[in-house]
Amino acid sequence: MSKVQDYTSRLSDPASRKMGTFSYLPPMDEAQIRKQVEWIVKHGWNPAIEHTEPQFAKSNFWYMWKLPMFGETDVDAILAELKACHEANPDNHVRLIGYNNFTQSQGANMVVYRGTPV
Amino acid sequence: MAAKTYDAGVKEYRSTYWEPHYTVKDSDILAVFKVVPQAGVSREEAAAAVAAESSTGTWTTVWTDLLTDLDYYKGRAYAIEDVPGSDDAFYAFIAYPMDLFEEGSVVNVFTSIVGNVFGFKAVRSLRLEDVRFPLWFVATCFGPPHGINVERDKLDKYGRPLLGCTIKPKLGLSAKNYGRAVYECLRGGLDFTKDDENVNSQPFMRWRDRFDFCQEAIVKAEAETGERKGHYMNVTAATMEEVYKRAEYAKEIGTPIIMSDYLTLGWAAHNSLSKWCRDNGMLLHVHRAMHAVMDRNPNHGINFRVLAKLLRLLGGDHLHSGTVVGKLEGDRAATLGWIDLLRDRHIKEDRSRGIFFDQDWGPMPGVFPVASGGIHVWHMPALVSIFGNDSVLQFGGGTLGHPWGNAAGAAANRVALEACVQARNEGRELEKEGKAILTAAAQHSPELKIAMETWKEIKFEFDTVDKLDTQHR
Repeated sequence: MSKVQDYTSRLSDPASRKMGTFSYLPPMDEAQIRKQVEWIVKHGWNPAIEHTEPQFAKSNFWYMWKLPMFGETDVDAILAELKACHEANPDNHVRLIGYNNFTQSQGANMVVYRGTPV
Repeated sequence: MAAKTYDAGVKEYRSTYWEPHYTVKDSDILAVFKVVPQAGVSREEAAAAVAAESSTGTWTTVWTDLLTDLDYYKGRAYAIEDVPGSDDAFYAFIAYPMDLFEEGSVVNVFTSIVGNVFGFKAVRSLRLEDVRFPLWFVATCFGPPHGINVERDKLDKYGRPLLGCTIKPKLGLSAKNYGRAVYECLRGGLDFTKDDENVNSQPFMRWRDRFDFCQEAIVKAEAETGERKGHYMNVTAATMEEVYKRAEYAKEIGTPIIMSDYLTLGWAAHNSLSKWCRDNGMLLHVHRAMHAVMDRNPNHGINFRVLAKLLRLLGGDHLHSGTVVGKLEGDRAATLGWIDLLRDRHIKEDRSRGIFFDQDWGPMPGVFPVASGGIHVWHMPALVSIFGNDSVLQFGGGTLGHPWGNAAGAAANRVALEACVQARNEGRELEKEGKAILTAAAQHSPELKIAMETWKEIKFEFDTVDKLDTQHR
């Protein structure tokens, strides 16, 4: 049994909270984020940015950063908005959504800047 | 129109029920059967016999036939095709007029079209391969209580397949130990755990105790991970009174999803439960115990694609659909066909996937296909590639059998899943680069690394029994 490792998730440790797709992987670097943005653009989904204080992350409704970028296909423009949202809210989770208006669902949803756990 | 006269006796079926020049109507229910006739029976006669016996006909003429317009009510065989790779079987295409069926009743449709005819002496074997449900029938059926997109919204999970695990051993655990196993899986990163289909309310673990402990596991795992979780609480029981009692209790304790076995519970009972689920905001996971009795024999029975379609009509938010790569039977192309039939709005005829008819579902929501049985982390790249995002991937042994326990097993699966989704989105080919993708992900996840070492050599490579009909089987 000595080789068995403990699974260290704790109620008392805010860092144990996850935040959906890709939150079990290390944070993405800029090149990786770019590729995910390209995936959204490639599908014709509408990019949108939302953010929240980490302690309220369970709500369905995070703060919208401006409005969804309907029809936006410029990857750099989307990356710039993500950065702007992060810089204005440095302690918050910032997530990128790809709205699929045909399924009326979200084709993609991922936290790209992780806030400060509290 | 000249009046018909009564002429008692036995007529050849084909004189009435074989109409090769019939133009199919949009409102017709269409069926294709694979028929092996008895020696000496022609294809036209056998096809006509199937049409007759599954609609208005009986073995002899009766005088009351003349009191109605049988030409209007009868089913008719309208086409015959060779079955690739078979000398004795052929496909018979049959059209049934809408008036033959009660609106919204899957039970009625199947009582007619697969009723007596499967025991009919003129055919040696008979298999219902596909059914085209016209839009009027789809619209009168109930359909999934919520469907894929509503479930994603309720659970707040997007852009990836969902992850589950069936708790094992499937029988014999106490409710509290069972709840422990659930908790460990959910805190490790799974979205769902599942009651095994055999778990109802046996003496070793009564349903109410199981529900209570599992719900506590869900609540704590949600608080711990910040993510929404569920356990498919199996409400399958001997009577509908008992089914509803268990479902009501599941709702009372605030659990998000329950489960039913639609074939053993019965279609009418399942349909009622599905309605209850929509009325009560409860997701419905559907297991398919007994399906292989009907769908595995390639010459006799009902193809699973038909059982999948009828479940979408009856209602369910998840349905087990085979894994292609795991321990249970499942031809890849055929599986791809019926998972599309479960999920998509409009599916085109595609013989390479065993789909014989266009199927329009109108506004009816889609059902999550569930891949479950004998799968583990090494299968993840193939599973994500085959099933895509709108699926539930269930790793039973592949979670619980992890050397460090369920939480580590769950985390290994979640890391593997997310690494595959990320790589797919980056444009990488999962089935070619799977090993490199998992190996890279394991650098950050000791749980995944150990899982990959544990299950490296396991493969399931038995030949599939129920294959698509092709020239060289």
